Amino acid sequence: MTPLQKQREYWQRTRRMTVFLLVIWFVVTFVVSFYARDLSRFSIFGFPFGFYVGAQGALIIYVLIIWYYARYMNALDKKYGAREGED
Amino acid sequence: MIDSTAQMRRYYAFYSLSFLAFVIALGVLEYYGMPPRWIGYSFLFLTIVLYATIGVMARTSNVAEYYVAGRKIPSVFNGMATGADWMSAASFMGLAGTLYHTGYQGLAYVMGWTGGFVLVALLLAPYLRRFGQYTIPDFLATRYGGNAARLVGVFATVLASFVYVVAQIYGVGLITSRFVGLQFEIGVFVGLAGILVCSFLGGMRAVTWTQVAQYLVLTVAYVVPVAMLSFKVTGVPVPQVMYGRVMQKIELLEHKISNDPAEIAARLLYQQRADTYSAKIAGLPESLGEERRWLSVQIEKLKNSNVPMRDVFALERQRRELPKTAEGARDYWDALMQQATQHGAALTPHAEPFPGKDDASRQTARLNFITLVFCLMVGTAALPHVLMRYYTTPSVREARNSVFWSLLFILALYLTAPAYAVFAKYEIFSNLVGATIDQLPSWVGAWGKVGMVSIEDINLDGIVQLAELSLNPDVIVLATPEIAGLPYVISGLVAAGALAAALSTADGLLLTIASALSHDVYYKIFRPNATTQWRLVVSKTLLLVVAVLAALFASQKPATILYMVSWAFSLAGAAFFPALVLGIFWKRANKAGAISGMVVGLLITAYYMVRVQFDAIPWLGIHGIGMEPWLGIQSTSSGVWGVGVGFLTIIVVSLLTDSPSRDTLDFVESVRSPEFPVS
Repeated sequence: MTPLQKQREYWQRTRRMTVFLLVIWFVVTFVVSFYARDLSRFSIFGFPFGFYVGAQGALIIYVLIIWYYARYMNALDKKYGAREGED
Repeated sequence: MIDSTAQMRRYYAFYSLSFLAFVIALGVLEYYGMPPRWIGYSFLFLTIVLYATIGVMARTSNVAEYYVAGRKIPSVFNGMATGADWMSAASFMGLAGTLYHTGYQGLAYVMGWTGGFVLVALLLAPYLRRFGQYTIPDFLATRYGGNAARLVGVFATVLASFVYVVAQIYGVGLITSRFVGLQFEIGVFVGLAGILVCSFLGGMRAVTWTQVAQYLVLTVAYVVPVAMLSFKVTGVPVPQVMYGRVMQKIELLEHKISNDPAEIAARLLYQQRADTYSAKIAGLPESLGEERRWLSVQIEKLKNSNVPMRDVFALERQRRELPKTAEGARDYWDALMQQATQHGAALTPHAEPFPGKDDASRQTARLNFITLVFCLMVGTAALPHVLMRYYTTPSVREARNSVFWSLLFILALYLTAPAYAVFAKYEIFSNLVGATIDQLPSWVGAWGKVGMVSIEDINLDGIVQLAELSLNPDVIVLATPEIAGLPYVISGLVAAGALAAALSTADGLLLTIASALSHDVYYKIFRPNATTQWRLVVSKTLLLVVAVLAALFASQKPATILYMVSWAFSLAGAAFFPALVLGIFWKRANKAGAISGMVVGLLITAYYMVRVQFDAIPWLGIHGIGMEPWLGIQSTSSGVWGVGVGFLTIIVVSLLTDSPSRDTLDFVESVRSPEFPVS
């Protein structure tokens, strides 16, 4: 593979992963909040569900998204043999 | 001092243990009768000396060290430093209080201030690190070619950071005045000295290592009191898990309080009071004269009777405070009317999302919640002092990891804040409401003296109703140790934590402002051949000037902390977010588009903010500029218009003008992906 091809593929994968994780972020943040009233009929760990997502659930998912992204991208760098990291 | 990670870990482990030993020692001293005042002094003095020592040890006169800490900060420590940089006086003091007052609605801050890091991680941090310069305007200038984009960037950086830093210094003034008993204005300048020692000497390097120390102090200080309160109420010292159960108890208490006849009567009295003010406002300008005459008659009457002089003085003060002009009276009465309306309003259920009396008001509450979350997230991903931190890591890989560590460390506080509000509410609902007024818990008196808590027995029954209680939001965290009956040393710890939160954020912000002015304006635009030494002299001088200006503003007590902070987010989001994100992800974005998008976004946001929030700006002699909010969206979410319009403007203007040059396109490629060796 030429560097140019690599670059194209690398960017395509980066973009795909970014969009995928942003969709999760969007659903957790905005879709769940939008329906928070209806979701609060359920309860989880003694909290109303809508409240729980805003206070804890969403936060934990955010940190997982970032963790996964860092892991995925760092592996991608390695896979494509990126000359980076120790400058 | 700063070369090996293992060594730094040892330093900070040693430091944490000494801090713990110090707290325990003070606890023991308190037990043997050390007066509380001295505990307050020792905490504030010792922590400031500690930060200053780190600042002096990490001092530097190297440009790369000064602006980006030599790009040698390991991701874990950068995460802690970002956490301290990020968590401001507003997070530390304001957040739990807001959650206490607004329940679910307050979660917008919790979600917004954490979810924004997803945007930082996915859209900005790795790309900015790969670009690898010094400031955010640097990126704008390189991507959009030329000094115009740089200047707009500098202007927005300075504006947003300045609003934010004023809020921090204000917080410092509050803490020093309350715990050490200094006058507010003097407290502001004492705090300023603490801020300057770190950022002035060592720039980014000193600030970073101080922030790591401050992170540890503020987290311990935040979590310890509420863990003890949780232990007291539920028997388990893990508040983050236990507060669900306490919320169920609160729901029962809310029900009981709302149906209490005395409570209903008190609310009715407040509503009537609000109506009286409303009638007075409607009767302007004649009603102002009537009011003054009526007060004079009352004062005369009282003077001739046997009531205590205190009552006469109270009325005389009321007459003195009465404004001279009709416009002034309108603002004055309007504020009083809103106060009374708030007291008279029905109780907001803590766990209920988007409460409201009808469907329309519930829709508005939902819209405000979602737009506020949006603004705070976008603002998080656009505030230069946070983004700059990702220039300081050794590599792109470390920058990605560092965002993860940042959010993880930040969660320690944000997962706890809602628990704080719930436990405090439980204590207040079950122990304060219904107490007799002459036997109030001692913390009410202590905080009443500084005007943070007040109780007005409007229905004269000698018993506290919830409607009669006024509680400044900032007091919840500061007073929790006393509410829970913990020793004073814990209060001192909380004060030290709040101070650490305010100082660390102020440091980062001041450094950002000074860098933007000295690096971007002075060095890049005016004197490209200035010597390194001279650049640092300019930067340090500017830092001093900006700091003093911010302190002068803060000593005027402009608005509440949380409001000021939300404005800073909206301004930064509108100015930077569209230009930065499109700059990386859309090659077609060009100079004309970016500049017009940033300017238009910033203007719309500022316009909306000013007109919705202020009806009058007395010191400029402007009155009656208030407007109805569009779709009922409050000024704290004004960035939602700015960001939307900003994106739109950049896209439209870019498409109408020429495509960017070959060089720019190459630059975008170089930021998007690493270099691949030919194989």
